[in-house]
Amino acid sequence: MYEKYRHDPEFLAEYAYDLKHFVGRPSPIYHAKRWSDRVGGAQIYLKREDLNHTGAHKVNNTIGQALLAKRMGKPRVIAETGAGQHGVATATIAARLGLECVVYMGSEDVKRQAPNVFRMKLLGATVVPVESGSKTLKDALNEAMRDWVTNISSTFYIIGTVAGPHPYPMMVRDFQAIIGIESKQQMMEMVGRQPDAIVACVGGGSNAMGIFYPYIDVPNVRLIGVEAAGHGLATGMHAAPLTANSPIGVLHGNRTYLMQDSDGNIIETHSISAGLDYPGVGPEHAWLKDIKRAEYVAITDDEALAAFHSLCRTEGIIPALESSHALAHAEKMAKTMRKDEIILVNLSGRGDKDINTVAKLSNITL
Amino acid sequence: MSRIQSVFSALRANNKKALIPYITAGDPHPKHTVSLLHALVKNGADMIELGVPFSDPMADGPVIQRASERALLHKVGLRKVLELVKEFRANDTKTPIILMGYANPIEAMGAGVFAAAAKDAGVDGVLTVDYPPEECKEFNVALQANGVDSIFLLSPTTEPARIDLIVNQATGFLYYVSLKGVTGAGNLDIEEVKAKVKSIRQKTNLPIGVGFGVKDSATAKLVAEFADGIVVGSRMVQTIEQSSEETLIENVGKLMQELRTAID
Repeated sequence: MYEKYRHDPEFLAEYAYDLKHFVGRPSPIYHAKRWSDRVGGAQIYLKREDLNHTGAHKVNNTIGQALLAKRMGKPRVIAETGAGQHGVATATIAARLGLECVVYMGSEDVKRQAPNVFRMKLLGATVVPVESGSKTLKDALNEAMRDWVTNISSTFYIIGTVAGPHPYPMMVRDFQAIIGIESKQQMMEMVGRQPDAIVACVGGGSNAMGIFYPYIDVPNVRLIGVEAAGHGLATGMHAAPLTANSPIGVLHGNRTYLMQDSDGNIIETHSISAGLDYPGVGPEHAWLKDIKRAEYVAITDDEALAAFHSLCRTEGIIPALESSHALAHAEKMAKTMRKDEIILVNLSGRGDKDINTVAKLSNITL
Repeated sequence: MSRIQSVFSALRANNKKALIPYITAGDPHPKHTVSLLHALVKNGADMIELGVPFSDPMADGPVIQRASERALLHKVGLRKVLELVKEFRANDTKTPIILMGYANPIEAMGAGVFAAAAKDAGVDGVLTVDYPPEECKEFNVALQANGVDSIFLLSPTTEPARIDLIVNQATGFLYYVSLKGVTGAGNLDIEEVKAKVKSIRQKTNLPIGVGFGVKDSATAKLVAEFADGIVVGSRMVQTIEQSSEETLIENVGKLMQELRTAID
């Protein structure tokens, strides 16, 4: 079905219309000048996906998939969510198109992302807390798959990341590629050239794939994916299968680097950010690692939190904890680079949803 | 002829159907698994599906998912499951054992290593829920080189072209998933299942087992009228879950006898 519509002019026109008028695209690129000066080194630019309607890049993809669902005549959509951004983006488009919406969310994540749970409910979605396994994103995915096979004739499963069975990794990449397509044009307009490096956080990897993809064949642009190092790679409590060189495995319909024990059972991940708390990674990232086109690094909870505060105070932007991982790594890199070099960070989402988590971790009483 | 094939032909000759119970290895504790397997045989099992515990059993309903979790608490992984089969084989060389599980434990061990180890342990067939037929040619070659049957699932939504692809790779028997859903879900539409099984028969001579929604003797009896084998999983696991260590064998035996009587 996607094959039929991916080049269909009418479908693409409807998608483009919604991105412009409903989401507010193109999202701007912003030169974080004060922050760059304070860091000392390369100039840091931010691709402001946080300014999209619903507050993150996730909506680019949910609109594309919901338009497909509509064409397939499916009255019901389901989704898994970690940070809740994908759930909110799905609930949003479902409300607009009049589709029934059920969102599966690990019960652990329901707790730490309460504001997003409430947003989904306001939008008319049913949020189902998942109690099995580690009670986070992968378990939400398992539960959504179970729902999908049971209700296959009525239901379209809107997967939020570049993982899952084919064609999801390709389809989600295509819908998110708008981020990189716009960036290419905007960088030319702003500074007359492309950045020296692009930095994006990687859980399943949708925002990173979205900004990387149009740059894959642009030479001299380093692509850097930032995974969640949690308490540190050495502690084992992380969510960084690429950086930690986890063994290759099969989960949720794709073969990729996967955090697992010697019996092939998936091990529990840890990250401060619910959206990065996933033991695998989209298979195309695994490929970019293998062919050495992209580099993958990891940032700890503490480093991400420090970058979070730093951006809030210096630029007046509250970033999502997921995106704060990318910011933290950009900060590290910038220090080693010249002042005329440019880093473009994909600021994939805003941090309003994380205020409770941050308040707790930073001992702030609200 | 493989052990699975001979069992089906013998049953066919006697106009009987295969009763195939499913239990998860290591549930409730690995010390019970071998005695449970013998009890299943003693009370009427023609072959046994033995579940390999997995952390993320996507195709299973809550009952079998909990069984996996209980087994994993005791660290029962694929290697341990093979040891348990070997132990069972010491006293039973006749009853086929089919491992049912997910791809990643096999991937972690390596397809070739696993296929050889499965043969060595006395495994007769392997059903891997999340290996699509398009992606497991190598694995099948490894299994077949070791004389282990590749059991495939067919579902109500499997399209004719894909049925062709599957029946060309499958050996031993075909497993028809009788409902849209996970293990232990919903109620069967017997007429629909019957029609689908009939249409699959036009494409293959392999025996067809039916499972995923067979939850009681009455359903088993109805399905036995047109299928070659009946798989009972969630109901079996539920009985294990609700039994104490002392009543486990007895309760499972009772359920087996009920099912046996119903389908004969």
